[in-house]
Amino acid sequence: MGDAHLGWQKLKDAFPASLLEVKTFRGEVTILVPKNEILGICKFLHSDPNLQYRMLTDLCALDYHPETPRFEVVYLLYSPRNNERLRLKARVGEGESIASVESIWKAANWLEREVYDLFGIPFENHPDLRRILLWDGYEGHPLRKDYPVEGPDFDKPFVPEV
Amino acid sequence: MAEKQYMTINMGPQHPATHGVLRVVLELDGEVVVKATPHIGHLHRGVEKLAESKTYHQVIPLTDRLDYTNGMGNNLAYVLAVEKLLGIDVPKRAQVLRVIMAELQRIAAHLIWLGTHVLDIGAITPIFYTFREREDVLRIFEEVAGGRLTPTYLRIGGVAKDLPEGIEGKIRDFVESFPKRMEEYETLLTQNVIWLNRTKEIGVISKEDAVNWGVTGPTLRASGVKWDIRKAFPYSSYEDFDFDVPIGSVGDVFDRYVVRLREMEWSNSIVRQAVDRLPKGPVLTEDPRIGLPPKEKVTEDIAALIRQFKIASEGFAPPRGEVYASVESPKGELGFYIVSDGSNHPFRVRIRPPSFLNLGALPKMIEGGLIADVVSAIGSIDIVLGEIDR
Repeated sequence: MGDAHLGWQKLKDAFPASLLEVKTFRGEVTILVPKNEILGICKFLHSDPNLQYRMLTDLCALDYHPETPRFEVVYLLYSPRNNERLRLKARVGEGESIASVESIWKAANWLEREVYDLFGIPFENHPDLRRILLWDGYEGHPLRKDYPVEGPDFDKPFVPEV
Repeated sequence: MAEKQYMTINMGPQHPATHGVLRVVLELDGEVVVKATPHIGHLHRGVEKLAESKTYHQVIPLTDRLDYTNGMGNNLAYVLAVEKLLGIDVPKRAQVLRVIMAELQRIAAHLIWLGTHVLDIGAITPIFYTFREREDVLRIFEEVAGGRLTPTYLRIGGVAKDLPEGIEGKIRDFVESFPKRMEEYETLLTQNVIWLNRTKEIGVISKEDAVNWGVTGPTLRASGVKWDIRKAFPYSSYEDFDFDVPIGSVGDVFDRYVVRLREMEWSNSIVRQAVDRLPKGPVLTEDPRIGLPPKEKVTEDIAALIRQFKIASEGFAPPRGEVYASVESPKGELGFYIVSDGSNHPFRVRIRPPSFLNLGALPKMIEGGLIADVVSAIGSIDIVLGEIDR
């Protein structure tokens, strides 16, 4: 399966030193790349005439707390030309930021806002980095593993300020 | 000359034409929308977080409540991802049953869209017709699964139970009568001058923009991209069925309307094909780690009772790894990205909601248009906030 994956092959030729880890599981290719190269690699995958990963299907994050670096940002790309998916990952530590890919895929606009909202990972050069699902002023980032599932204040009475 | 001033209007979240609790802040220059900013999250329930503390089976009921017009389809996307993670096969009969349910659900979801969308624009009549047919589908679901809106019919490795006695005839009756019903909707709308004026050349999004914004489903196909997960990555034996993927050319509200109508016809055809060649056999995997034993065995066999107890309480632990599986939901590409750490709880369940990304492209569709067309564009992308906010 792996040899037939065009995106992986091309990436290996273009960025030989950047593929930190390649995994195939159930026919899906996952490639770990350094965080500071994510924008360059995404630009290449999007614009290479033989690849044309025109669609950012999904962008999300994983929290491996208490490991360091703590987060992985996951990009799921799709090439309509080759009918091929590719998953990219980049590790991001707590308090660090990662480059936004909004300039390549507009779809990243809201997806990155969601990761920022629920994980607290900031994206550099994002045009409109605000919380999206939770309200402004919300404290904490619920999808972090150290955030309690029942909420931090579930046993405290809710008394609105008058 | 005085400095140009824009008027800001707040639309929603309690607005009948926002299909739930969507709020859009509109900046207007006269009647022209200069800037539109959607605000979402009013229905956020933390489903992804909640799923991390459940066993794999326990997540299924949560998925029904995402896009609540598409319970069967949501179940399907989730169980496909878990089955891929486990690397198990599903009996053929269960696969075809899943296809029948998913396509009936697509018809029902599109009927809600049709009724409410045209109601937003001012046509009161069609909703009474579409909800009549939707009721037929929900009655079928009720008999098959016990639930109407949230059936939770699918299980990891198959479906909950086989079809009840005599339901095939009812499905056939529905399939036979539905084309005539479609004609009724078309009589009301397709050549209706008011309808055409409110939908043609409205809310246009080009092919390139739609792909770039991550738009999927009928909204993408209306822009002329022939792409459907059922064809690109066939699942649950969709490759066995003959159907076409209807597309539009302009990418306006009217094209989305036509694409969805044609899709309903094809869904109807798929259900007919599936009922005609429904194979016999088991409806749940025989893998003892995953499928619950038959109920009559549980009452007389101690081993089956222990198995039932173990699966229901502790669940099963898939291997370490990560998978993504997606289905063509009525709204677009609904995907589940599941990461397993080898325990009986998922490490992460990421839901890729189609409506979320389709709504992200809404400003692109309505900016530069008239305020009166905003409602028309929101209705045409067919959003469900339960899925957007999760």
